[in-house]
Amino acid sequence: MRSIFTSWPWKMAWRDSRSSRGQLLLFAASIVLGVAALVAISGFRANLKTALDLQAKSLLGADLLLSGRQPLTGEAEALVDGLGGTQAREVRFSSMVHFPARDGSRLAQVRAGETAFPFYGTVEVDPPHASARLDQGPFALVEESLMDQFQARLGEVIRIGNRSFRIAGRLRQMPGEFLGSNLVGGRVYIPLAYLEETGLLGWGSTASYRVYFKFEDGVDLATLLRGIQPQLLEYRLRAETVAERKARLGRILENSADFLNLVGFIALLLGGLGVASSVHVYVKRKVPTAALLRCLGAKAPQTLSVYLCQALGMSLAGILGGILLGVGLQYFLPGILRDFLPVDIPFNLSWSALAGAGLIGLILAWLFSIQPLLFLRRVSPLAAVRMDYEAGRQPFDWAQWLVRLAIVAAILGFALVHTRRWMDAVAFVLGLLISLALLAASARLGMMLIRKFFPGSWPYPWRQGLANLHRPHNQTVVLVLSIGFATFLMMLLYLVHQGLLGQILRAAGSGQPDMVLFDVQGDQKAELSDLLRGFGAPVLQDVPVVAMRLQSIRGKSVAQQLKDPGNTIPAWALRREYRSTYRGGLLENEELLRGRWPVGNGEGDGPPLVSLDEGIARRLQAGLGDELVFDVQGMLVTTRVGSIRRVNWRKVQPNFFVVFPPGVLEEAPQFHVLVTRTETGPRAAAIQRAAVKRFPNVSVIDLALILETIDELLQKVSFVLRFMALFSIVAGLTVLVAVVGNSRYQRLREGALLRILGASRRQVFLILGVEYLCLAGVAALGGVLLAWLGSWVLARLVFQSPFVPAFLPSLGVCLLVTAVTVLVGLLASRGLNRLPPLEALRAGAHRL
Amino acid sequence: MNSPAGPDPPVLQVNRLTKRYRSGERLLTVVDDITFSLGPGETCSVLGPSGSGKTTLLGLCAGLDRPTSGSVVLNGQNLGDLDQDRLAELRNRSVGFVFQTFQLVPTLTALENVMVPLELRGKPGRTWAWELLSRVGLEDRAHHYPVQLSGGEQQRVGLARAFVNRPRILFADEPTGNLDADTGEKVIDLLLEMNRGFGTALLVVTHDLELSGKTRRILTLKGGKITSDRDSDSIRPPEQIPQQTLSGDLRDSSRTESEPS
Repeated sequence: MRSIFTSWPWKMAWRDSRSSRGQLLLFAASIVLGVAALVAISGFRANLKTALDLQAKSLLGADLLLSGRQPLTGEAEALVDGLGGTQAREVRFSSMVHFPARDGSRLAQVRAGETAFPFYGTVEVDPPHASARLDQGPFALVEESLMDQFQARLGEVIRIGNRSFRIAGRLRQMPGEFLGSNLVGGRVYIPLAYLEETGLLGWGSTASYRVYFKFEDGVDLATLLRGIQPQLLEYRLRAETVAERKARLGRILENSADFLNLVGFIALLLGGLGVASSVHVYVKRKVPTAALLRCLGAKAPQTLSVYLCQALGMSLAGILGGILLGVGLQYFLPGILRDFLPVDIPFNLSWSALAGAGLIGLILAWLFSIQPLLFLRRVSPLAAVRMDYEAGRQPFDWAQWLVRLAIVAAILGFALVHTRRWMDAVAFVLGLLISLALLAASARLGMMLIRKFFPGSWPYPWRQGLANLHRPHNQTVVLVLSIGFATFLMMLLYLVHQGLLGQILRAAGSGQPDMVLFDVQGDQKAELSDLLRGFGAPVLQDVPVVAMRLQSIRGKSVAQQLKDPGNTIPAWALRREYRSTYRGGLLENEELLRGRWPVGNGEGDGPPLVSLDEGIARRLQAGLGDELVFDVQGMLVTTRVGSIRRVNWRKVQPNFFVVFPPGVLEEAPQFHVLVTRTETGPRAAAIQRAAVKRFPNVSVIDLALILETIDELLQKVSFVLRFMALFSIVAGLTVLVAVVGNSRYQRLREGALLRILGASRRQVFLILGVEYLCLAGVAALGGVLLAWLGSWVLARLVFQSPFVPAFLPSLGVCLLVTAVTVLVGLLASRGLNRLPPLEALRAGAHRL
Repeated sequence: MNSPAGPDPPVLQVNRLTKRYRSGERLLTVVDDITFSLGPGETCSVLGPSGSGKTTLLGLCAGLDRPTSGSVVLNGQNLGDLDQDRLAELRNRSVGFVFQTFQLVPTLTALENVMVPLELRGKPGRTWAWELLSRVGLEDRAHHYPVQLSGGEQQRVGLARAFVNRPRILFADEPTGNLDADTGEKVIDLLLEMNRGFGTALLVVTHDLELSGKTRRILTLKGGKITSDRDSDSIRPPEQIPQQTLSGDLRDSSRTESEPS
């Protein structure tokens, strides 16, 4: 292939492209969208990285954070004081917030803090200086979404526990927080000084106690933390530095960007298929010229070089277009992903991102076009002499296979760069190939079925339109792949979204619990139960909860375990606060896997036998008979693992990692969780209002809140994914426009011939419409069926829930995709009927 | 059947050339044990009805196809010893082609079409190509595309291109097949004049008895075999040739020169 480095192929390629530059640019359009997606996401990712570096300190709002699950003990306070620097305290917990003006309540995340925090970054709040008012009295900053929900206004009063606060500002963003921080219930900031007056932090309440530090420059945090590591373990305090948070957030965001990159890459692949298909038709038209060049003495590589140069030029044009569009999109991406971002993303051009995306686009576009071009190496010069010359059976072409392998290797390489794991990359490539193979198979099957069962008595335009699908070089399969794949992506997102929501609704099916009241103190239980019954809501479960921590496992203390470099048990599993219950039997959502439960009274003389959830047992690497010692608020309780359970965590009810047998924890400090069924939304709201007024410390989670929370998260995630799927469908439509443009002269000739034979313009247009209709119908149907299959697999393997096909929405998507495709196809075909038939015939003959 | 060659070694030497194709169950012999040679500057027509193997023979002689058996030695090189790229190189340096359908690259101007064989070799040929276009009377159409030229003009561009590499031998396949009688005659005269001027050997496949009458030698093919090999002087005038001999090949005399579109 040295000939490509000489000037002749480039000169010849330029001259030869004179009559087909428009078409070549149309092929290039196929890859524009894919490159644009990659450029936008890669550029966004680079900007994100820069932003994380520049705004690192605002991710935490401080230099160091120490947090624990219990109020600081005297020793811990001494440790904290000894660390110096500027400090700000904060206590975080969940509680019901009552909006008296609207008579509504909702579970929210209350954050009682000091206004010195955040030390870095700014609080986005309306009005801008509202956060300073928290110093001036019982004021609160309330999450924007929460205020909107209750249509609350500034200056209005809210009630948290026993204390009222006046709303001073609408909270938009806190430094370092992003999606997830405000999901369950939204945030409410109050001054720390008024926390006690709320009366909410009674014994056993779940709260996070935090101390933020700001140090002078030059303090070596790593050394400082190393020095106090043993005390931190002892006081069960967790330390987080800016670097750690940056790494954690960076990882999450990079994973998300990688995922989006893969979705964008699919658009590029679909475009690549479009390029391959268009070039295939182009090559057929170029055979006479290639044969002539061979006849005049051009060697096979020289002939091939001419068209490789054209392909390279075409790819470069596509990439340039993609880069320009991608840079434009990159400008909008931060707005689209705003809810997910902890930092403000500046708009800067990242040359490395542009180069990377451009390079992968170039490699793929070129490989996809080389594959059909290789055929030109085999064109016999004899074809220039004999028009009817047909080559015999072609021998095995290793180069073709080499290019196909290179395409798969390029896809695998890209997937590997973005998933960083061989298994994931291989799974991506296999998943993609299987999806495309299934779509191609459904396209062929669909076309075969239409052909076989299409009524022969239907009018001619319908039969002709259908026959057009089988026209040589019509690229029907490629179009079905592009449009079908985009339909598949959109439909799958919808089905997964609906499946998840449906699962929660089913979990709360008839007779099932739909409301959980927790933090109920022992002396409130009877009165609250009466209140519930008064509303016609039965108490379905009364579950005692005892907070405890793991002290040792198989005789090795948690502290030793954490220090052990060979420790493979996750730290969170060792450190966490276990909220356990005690009871004698299994619930209906539990299944005994190993051991025995319940154990009979007095069975064995050893320590009490507890039952572990299979997941936590696996993480703690604990088996039957292993000794676990729990610290139950200062008292050590030695237990043994008596059984392992499988728990269906999706039920709306309290579920537990560790269940004790009766007779062990009854005297321990505890609170209760009551589970009820309210049946209707208004009754649920009425119960919440009444319960919050009477028992301000009790928190209520109802099904509506869970649904709302999950729906909100899914809405946000699927909006981003739909945006990416849009790339695929627009890429598919671009391929359609390219294909229509490519076969324009063929269609022109066919149309002219039909018109000479007496067909009206309307009939010719109808034939085209029928062709696009069948094509889009087959593609959309294939995409929907594949989405059903994907959603069925996910339902069975991942969500373990029944599969719901959603017929009406599927029909809607089919109709929408079909309508858009027919419209785009007909728009691209306009003008075909304008030329007088004879002129059209002649133009078609010249360009065929 | 061997024709006496001049004192110089022949430009083309064909020895027991056979080409067979499989057509389903049947094995078709299209060229059957043909032997002849052509000296430098010698002109020769190949006549014969459709399907007699004329074009196949031309393709084999020019190294466009491989024989089933026998050999072709072109300009001293046995084509059987050369791979496809060496064959291409040989064609580029020593062979010219003229086609019935002109075979101009539609996207190149007349001048660019003529330059192609030289450019393939990396040689600048603009001036020489221009000169050749002048010789065929088309210097004022040098920047026109094939679609803007009449059939006769296209064939004249084809002639200029065929001679641009000063070939030792020129293969012409029905060079007047797509032209009307007057234009065809002009093209033939031009072809023979350039052939003499360059001292190029000429092997022309044709149905045109007038053209064949202007070559020194005529080979007649039937069923893949040479049925006669003689000087054109010995051929009877056209009106005396039995109609059935060439009946399948005689073209409609009303053919017209294609109009520029």
